[in-house]
Amino acid sequence: MRTSTRRSRRLGALAAVAALTTGLLAGCANDSDDGSSNSDGGGKGGGGKTTLTIGTFGVFGYKQAGLYDEYMKLHPDITIKENVTTRTDVYWPKTLTRLQAGSGTDDIQAIEVGNITEAVQTQADKFVDLGKDVDKSQWLDWKNAQATTKDGKLIGLGTDIGPMAICYRKDLFQKAGLETDRTKLAEQWKGDWSKYVDLGKDYMKKAPSGTKFVDSASSVYNAALGGESERYYDKDGNVIWDKSSGVKKSWNTAMEVATSNMSAKLKQFDPTWDQGYAKGTFATVACPAWMIGYIEQKSGASGKGKWDVAAAPTASNWGGSFIGVPTAGKHQKEAVALAKWLTAPEQQAKVFGKQASFPSTPSAYASLKPQADTTAYFSDAPITQIFSDSAKTIPTQIFGAKDQPIGTAITDVGILQVEQKGKTPDQGWNAAKSEIKDVLGQ
Amino acid sequence: MTSSKQALAQTAPSADAAPGDQPGAARRAHGRGTPPPGTSSWRSRLYRWDMKASPYAFIAPFFIVFGAFGLVPLLYTAWYSLHNVQLSGLDHQTWVGLDNYQNLLSSEFFWNALENTFTIGVISTVPQLVMAIGIAHLLNYRLRGSTVWRVVMLTPYATSVAAATLVFTLLYSWDGGMINWLLHFVGVDPINWRESDWGGQFAVSSIVIWRWTGYNALIYLAAMQAIPTDLYESAALDGAGRWQQFRHVTVPMLRPTILFTVVVSTIGATQLFGEPLLFGGVSGSKGGSAHQYQTLGLYMYDQGWGIGNLGKASAIAWTMFLILLIVAAINLLITRRLRKSQ
Repeated sequence: MRTSTRRSRRLGALAAVAALTTGLLAGCANDSDDGSSNSDGGGKGGGGKTTLTIGTFGVFGYKQAGLYDEYMKLHPDITIKENVTTRTDVYWPKTLTRLQAGSGTDDIQAIEVGNITEAVQTQADKFVDLGKDVDKSQWLDWKNAQATTKDGKLIGLGTDIGPMAICYRKDLFQKAGLETDRTKLAEQWKGDWSKYVDLGKDYMKKAPSGTKFVDSASSVYNAALGGESERYYDKDGNVIWDKSSGVKKSWNTAMEVATSNMSAKLKQFDPTWDQGYAKGTFATVACPAWMIGYIEQKSGASGKGKWDVAAAPTASNWGGSFIGVPTAGKHQKEAVALAKWLTAPEQQAKVFGKQASFPSTPSAYASLKPQADTTAYFSDAPITQIFSDSAKTIPTQIFGAKDQPIGTAITDVGILQVEQKGKTPDQGWNAAKSEIKDVLGQ
Repeated sequence: MTSSKQALAQTAPSADAAPGDQPGAARRAHGRGTPPPGTSSWRSRLYRWDMKASPYAFIAPFFIVFGAFGLVPLLYTAWYSLHNVQLSGLDHQTWVGLDNYQNLLSSEFFWNALENTFTIGVISTVPQLVMAIGIAHLLNYRLRGSTVWRVVMLTPYATSVAAATLVFTLLYSWDGGMINWLLHFVGVDPINWRESDWGGQFAVSSIVIWRWTGYNALIYLAAMQAIPTDLYESAALDGAGRWQQFRHVTVPMLRPTILFTVVVSTIGATQLFGEPLLFGGVSGSKGGSAHQYQTLGLYMYDQGWGIGNLGKASAIAWTMFLILLIVAAINLLITRRLRKSQ
């Protein structure tokens, strides 16, 4: 299951322009799409089969974990078709326009955590209220809260979440003369991200040549901010990013990274970042659950047994998605049933087993089994334990409608200017400020 | 049917005319535009109507498609540009008059994007056309396997923007990229191509140059082959070397072609979008952390789809349209000048 914006963009580099045009074309072609898939279902001799479409971005893991096949076996009258748009920045605008046009939406539509508030605030009447159909207590409270409107309507069911840990290269730590035991390390930086940065300074004193402590200052910023309840907006929906204590604290931590030569200065989800994994040029990375699979894939066989996982300084969340049922859909009842089934604890556990996307339903935690490969890859670290502990103590975060563009302005303009253009933190902050002004149309 | 000629001259409406019914008269009517004597006036009126309307019917598909997918969106965009429209609330439009345009003119990012579009346009178009003409000149000589060379020239153009840009992104990567690796042999410190102010523009231009040089070279080559060889022969008899032949025969004869490529490249440069977007990687629509290679197209995309401010994005679209009109007008003026001077 796909989580952060960025994670999906990694695939997106493939063909933005192509994607843009297909996005537009698909916008026009969708109706006929539906039509053809319907007749497909009929053609297979189903006779009166219902075709449900599910619109996702990136890899959600449902197909990979065999959930569609399983559901179709349980419900012979249902055919499921997944429409994947790899880039979130293409997926979401497209979905928004279709929701408002009241046509062309899929029966189930995925919503990324960065967009959920916008959906709750502006599109609530375009989604079916799922609150009555499910047992809300299955989910983590803060996960439900993100998808609930002021008058208590639940517009999306939680899929995965991104509880945080630190993934680190044991072998590099050893060469730098640092502690390598995961519990002792977690102790050393517990409670504050700046302690983690301090350890980075120690690392740099004896760093193996060609390596840095972290991949980028932005990743530290995102990880730290994921543990703060106050972000860019206050409870009443006012933008408070430049006064927010959470932002300020995370920014300062990121600035320490950006100005102290401990960062490999890579931009996450760029091809060069992937190369960094393959070549082992950084020793740690802030590691939401969904990053586990990514590391395994990008570091490759040579990284096996060298990586380890330790608890993060604070409980924090980065990413996670929802699935909602648009009211424009033709088969709402069936769609709700499918959405409910896909997000039930048992199914979330299955997706974790395949994809390491972390469930948002705590009752699944006891039965989580990572793949044997993955466990071996990360030096037999108790991955599920570490992420479960984090997940249960994550604070409820306040999101706002333009959370995502504001976040991008801070990381990809403000922090990047300090990290890669050698600007001072003040200059970086001011650059972010004028960018955010532009974002908010002020 | 009386004759195939009649069928050709008279289209659908006349098909219901009785067979054998004075095709000659009908043809005369075509010439004079008056009703042929002795036939029913209904038929002649139908015929005249046919003669007038049919051409319009034939060209109608283009205009209908253009209207639906070109003109209506264009006008709708103009309407949007006078409103505050958010992507998340398409049905809540509030009239703001020229605010979006005013906002644009006072935005540092707009002027920055305009400037970038211009500089990237110049540093990609000029070398590209100069190189294209040189390459075409070389290909114009009798070469072994000339077809192979010509196909090779066109390969970059056939490559997708996405694929080309991805490769260039890796070449230009500051840490472990091939270009910095080569530079280190001549003692140059690694350059952060993407984030340095001119590095990004240079890199984006190089992708454009790489993709389009061969295409332009082939256009030039086609034009060169239309130049009569006796011009070269007589120039050679007068003792002109190859360089002199190039300057005094080839270039003057190519003038209309050069103008054509300049116009096409200018329009392409004004709309530059894919290369900088992909070169920027994640959040590429910002065109680098300091917007150092954000073109107008990217700025529009970022405002519309990144931020969701469709009103302002529409204002940018219209401003771009006006800029293109101005560019076209300047081109027209220059073309006229040059024609007169010939």
